[in-house]
Amino acid sequence: MAKPKVAFYWCSSCGGCEEAVVDLAEGILQVVEAVDIVFWPVALDFKRRDVEAMPDGAIDVCFINGAIRMSEQEAMAKLLRRKSKLVIAYGSCAWMGGIPGLANLTSKKAIFDYVYHQAPTIGNGSAVEPLPRTEVPEGELELPEFSEKVRTLDQTIEVDYYLPGCPPTPKITLEAVEAILKGALPEKGSVLAGDRALCHECKANASKPEKLLIKEFKRIQEVIPDLSKCLLAQGLLCLGPVTRGGCEARCLKAGMPCTGCFGPLEKVHDYGAKALSALASIVDSRDEAELTRIFDAIPDPAGTFYRYSLPASLLGGKRSAEG
Amino acid sequence: MSEAFNPRIVGFFCNWCTYLAADLAGTSRMKYAPNVRVVRTMCSGRVDPQLVVWAFRNGADGVLIGGCHPGDCHYQEGNYKTLRRMGLLRTMLAQLGIQPERLRLEWISASEGERLRDVMNEFSAQIRQLGPLETKSSVISSQSSVAQAAP
Repeated sequence: MAKPKVAFYWCSSCGGCEEAVVDLAEGILQVVEAVDIVFWPVALDFKRRDVEAMPDGAIDVCFINGAIRMSEQEAMAKLLRRKSKLVIAYGSCAWMGGIPGLANLTSKKAIFDYVYHQAPTIGNGSAVEPLPRTEVPEGELELPEFSEKVRTLDQTIEVDYYLPGCPPTPKITLEAVEAILKGALPEKGSVLAGDRALCHECKANASKPEKLLIKEFKRIQEVIPDLSKCLLAQGLLCLGPVTRGGCEARCLKAGMPCTGCFGPLEKVHDYGAKALSALASIVDSRDEAELTRIFDAIPDPAGTFYRYSLPASLLGGKRSAEG
Repeated sequence: MSEAFNPRIVGFFCNWCTYLAADLAGTSRMKYAPNVRVVRTMCSGRVDPQLVVWAFRNGADGVLIGGCHPGDCHYQEGNYKTLRRMGLLRTMLAQLGIQPERLRLEWISASEGERLRDVMNEFSAQIRQLGPLETKSSVISSQSSVAQAAP
């Protein structure tokens, strides 16, 4: 049997997902032995025209990471969709929009105004902005266009499976590859990680009080947490109770509360609203003024609760001023 | 604001108090603004912030939550949980471009039919003044099941 053909591509993301593939360490040898990598711009010298030359459906599995912001990313996603039997959204940006998706709290215009005109390090005397097309004596130059909003991969093309994480851990990546090789994939559209809250994987879960109530939110730089005890009970804003497990609680082992990169559990429709609900309801106060003071310690609720999922949320981002 | 604007408001009323207040207002033949579409919930604590966001996404110009007075909750502390959630939710909605005044929380007991009438009138007038919300244009059309099924 011929080896399955695999492709990797990178859209709006930091590169951490590509790093995660490399982080498989010697596991990558197993992968390379079992599959044929036919496209991976970050590591191997293939060009877009190589993909265009393939027959439709020639790639067995395509892993795409990153959200979609530029027209070139959208075009590549569509091209890869056509050429691939399976498309896997790899990482939280491709699945839910991720950190780049927080740009939906502002507008394209505001971003351009700042980046090209107002930033203190910018000297842009002739007030130039990038244009999709520019005429020069030598001919027409083309640049990818910056879209109004950041979109997730499945708001752009059809996606078969999702691997959560910022980035996905080597464990879930290898498990997914194994499932693909064995033909043991679950129902289309599944998120390839567990469906239990992260708390179940956290060592400190046993110490979580029966009735968890907190009087004050503390920020991570203000305290040295006791790692044997539940971080949330110590007042650190940990999103473990509302976040999908599967990451082996790696951040928590290092004393870092969960920021929610593995996204919502199956029955949750809007991660941010649900996370806000869970966190707010355990605050130990019945007084409105006191509550306001306690919540002042969360200066950016949208950025905190929608950190990885704003484009995939019910509202998608900030309502545009023009309605 | 154009006079034709008729606000759409979703009301989530607790089964034990505000919903009964609405009943009382009705049986007492009180007249009030017809803008609130009432959904009966067993407790204001049942109103998941996802439901509020869902209402705004789907065309509500305002959301009114009615619960029991502090100390009177049928389930002891459901209304306190609502108080905690909705305060923080208002801050987050403001970041998402939805004026916090569009989400209102009121304690109205079963005997307060008149108060219910006043709140309905007041809130309808307030939303009328704020104008239509229109989130639809900013919502990203999605193939994702996450955004399609109601919570």
